[in-house]
Amino acid sequence: MNFQQSKSWPRGWFLALLLGCAALVACATAAGTLLAQDKNPFAGDAQAAKLGESQFRANCAFCHGLGARGGGRGPDLSRAQKRHGNSDADLFRTINEGVPGTAMPPNGATQQGVGMTEEEIWQVISYIRSVQVKAPAQLAGNAAHGKELFYGSAACSTCHMIQGKGGRLGPDLSTTGSARSTEYLVESVRSPSRRLAQGISEAMKEFSQEYETITVVTADGTKFMGVVLNEDHFTLQMMDTREQLHLFEKDKLRSLEKSRESLMPAYDQKMLSEKDLQDLIAYLLAVGGQ
Amino acid sequence: MKHESMPGTVKSRFLASLGMTHLLVSALVFLVLVGGAAPLLNAQVTPQRLLDSAKEPQNWLMYSGDYAGRRFSALDQINTSNAAKLVPQWAYQTMAGGKFETTPLVVDGILYGTGQDNRAFALDARSGRPIWQYQRALPADIRPCCGRANRGLAILGDKVFLGTLDAHVIALDSKTGNVVWDVAPVDYRGGYSITLAPLAIKNLVIIGVSGGEYGIRGFIDAYDAGTGERKWRFYTVPGPGEPGHETWEGDSWKIGGAPAWITGTYDPATSTTFWTTGNPSPSNRGEGRAGDNLYSNSLLALEPETGKLKWYFQFSKHDEHDYDATQVPVMVDQGDRHLILQANRNGFFYLIDRSNGKLVFANPFAKVTWSDSKDASGVPIARKDASPTLEGNRVCPGAAGATNWMSPTYDPQTQLFYVTAREQCDVFSTAPQAYEAGHAYYGSAYFPNDDAEPFTGALRAIDPSTGKMKWEWKHPSPTWSGVLSTAGGLVFTGDAEGNFIALEAASGKALWHFQCGASVYSSPMSFAIDGKQYVAVAAGSALFTFALP
Repeated sequence: MNFQQSKSWPRGWFLALLLGCAALVACATAAGTLLAQDKNPFAGDAQAAKLGESQFRANCAFCHGLGARGGGRGPDLSRAQKRHGNSDADLFRTINEGVPGTAMPPNGATQQGVGMTEEEIWQVISYIRSVQVKAPAQLAGNAAHGKELFYGSAACSTCHMIQGKGGRLGPDLSTTGSARSTEYLVESVRSPSRRLAQGISEAMKEFSQEYETITVVTADGTKFMGVVLNEDHFTLQMMDTREQLHLFEKDKLRSLEKSRESLMPAYDQKMLSEKDLQDLIAYLLAVGGQ
Repeated sequence: MKHESMPGTVKSRFLASLGMTHLLVSALVFLVLVGGAAPLLNAQVTPQRLLDSAKEPQNWLMYSGDYAGRRFSALDQINTSNAAKLVPQWAYQTMAGGKFETTPLVVDGILYGTGQDNRAFALDARSGRPIWQYQRALPADIRPCCGRANRGLAILGDKVFLGTLDAHVIALDSKTGNVVWDVAPVDYRGGYSITLAPLAIKNLVIIGVSGGEYGIRGFIDAYDAGTGERKWRFYTVPGPGEPGHETWEGDSWKIGGAPAWITGTYDPATSTTFWTTGNPSPSNRGEGRAGDNLYSNSLLALEPETGKLKWYFQFSKHDEHDYDATQVPVMVDQGDRHLILQANRNGFFYLIDRSNGKLVFANPFAKVTWSDSKDASGVPIARKDASPTLEGNRVCPGAAGATNWMSPTYDPQTQLFYVTAREQCDVFSTAPQAYEAGHAYYGSAYFPNDDAEPFTGALRAIDPSTGKMKWEWKHPSPTWSGVLSTAGGLVFTGDAEGNFIALEAASGKALWHFQCGASVYSSPMSFAIDGKQYVAVAAGSALFTFALP
């Protein structure tokens, strides 16, 4: 800007010009940002996906696992159906802003790792797209029969809830189908103790509470068995198998025994045939995709 | 600032400028009289006061409490017989998110602290009411690793000193919070940031840079406290022609890392300042930087006047597991042995002769699988099969370490060293990556193994004469809280579940706890006003203080 010249212009005129310029810049920036966050500039770019993979390993694999196949901590991202939106813009928002109420933090706010630039987030999205598995046109199992099993003979609903119907002792499974890999779901049914499900996740705490099994005997000799909802060194918050909440100071208990053997029975082939398991998973996938 | 050591100078100059010279004399006399009767509220912090910090246990004059880095308070009003009665006094809310890592300073009734996003504040330490508040306008493109955190200030003269996330060093007027000087040691866009509290020695402010995750070239600087003029720089990665340069392959030294994450210590008897460094870059991939990679993961003995290296000790050579050595190097004397104690992120507790940098011994204080042998001098060496692999290699401790930046403490009464230990192993997987200036540069991924036992933590009391554990206090999950010991026979620490806890220093028995409502990511301290002892800790977005009712 020519300072000499601007000085000689009428003050109001100059101000108007300045405001006009500022508005133009603001509009351009807003439009640019909007565009940038709408569509992946690296869509289909194999090189970007490769860069995205190393970003993914550094920033995301901690919870979502190598290959984006998920783990006990974070959902399987190779699934076509994403819980918090499938579009590029949705993925960008999820990565950049996190998911309130879950362990997914905003970009750069993790306890380990440094966060990513806008460009790097897009590269990660390219990577996720590159490992994304196409949803099969037809689900392998019979979801309707799976639902019957869930609420009937398999008795899943004794402890698990789907869309408001069922028990409270185990994790709510309404969204599990959109988050976990089929392998994870199979493992959770066949060997539930191998990886305990994650419960409450506190804002600044590194690790979520797991669905550990707990047995306590109170000072008056009453015994309760259930799952740990949360605990610290001094206190315990638990739900017993009759869905009653109990809040204890640990040093006032006669005994307290924790176990990583899940309260859920391991459904072997005798309890649940391979076909029934497929139907059950088809139901979880169908309901999770809604 | 020519009159660093003269109390009341500003007021005197004001009066003199009005031509009221006759008043000046009486004002000075008045100040001297008041100063003699009671501690002067606005007394300046001279270099001598920092040296003699033991003479004023009511104040907390530097990050670790004293030059030895012991984080020990000689106050004993709160002790094993009454700690159970501790109650909150006040809380100060920064209203900022993220990790609140500050250890505040207290000088003559005023508490100086830092908050997230380079906030700084001065509070009436009796009430928690702010006197001034400062927040730096940070650029949008800063890239601080691991949170927008800051661990604290240094104080000297009439200024407090702050390192910023955009890699500036600034001096604030301790009475107003106004910026007195502001210097940029380096361009932050190269991946540099500063998160540690500086150390003031004589008339110098000594500080180092963070950024080991971005392929920086680390350094430690000294600035003139009065002007901000840089007096020396010690590059923690030696350049061509310098000793140690040969420990780097090709040009890898240019992006060799070795940042300084934590405040050093100072031995006035030998005029040596001890600083520690972090990982070589990239942190989890050794390919391309063959050699020991000096002076990454090292303890450095520097001349404070010149920055000249006297000796070094490297804890983890050619590191591939992010085993930063950036734990406060604590000075302890045992008879005529002058030692540095360090419980290292790599899981070993080291005793080092601070006159020459020779290792006395190294003992594990947490689960270790990266090393199963020692060299002729007793230094643990890495297993060949501990390197990260493409498929992933499970190694203990994990990338966050057996401990980290949270301070340990040494209690001269129990003669025990207390450290926060984390029991968490990780799977380390390689991720070949090209260096790009200012971008994250790990060369690897690491994550907790899903099949592993639940991760835990503990406060461990270690006898430095043997390296053996005396007792431990188990945490339900790994924590990032540091530890304070006091002459009241207590140690204070926090946990990830939000408790702030007082334990009997001799036995580890819990005497008191308070639920802060968020994980503790800071190291506690203690101070006194008008004969009343306080203990302070930051958690969530609040600084809490506790005292007897």
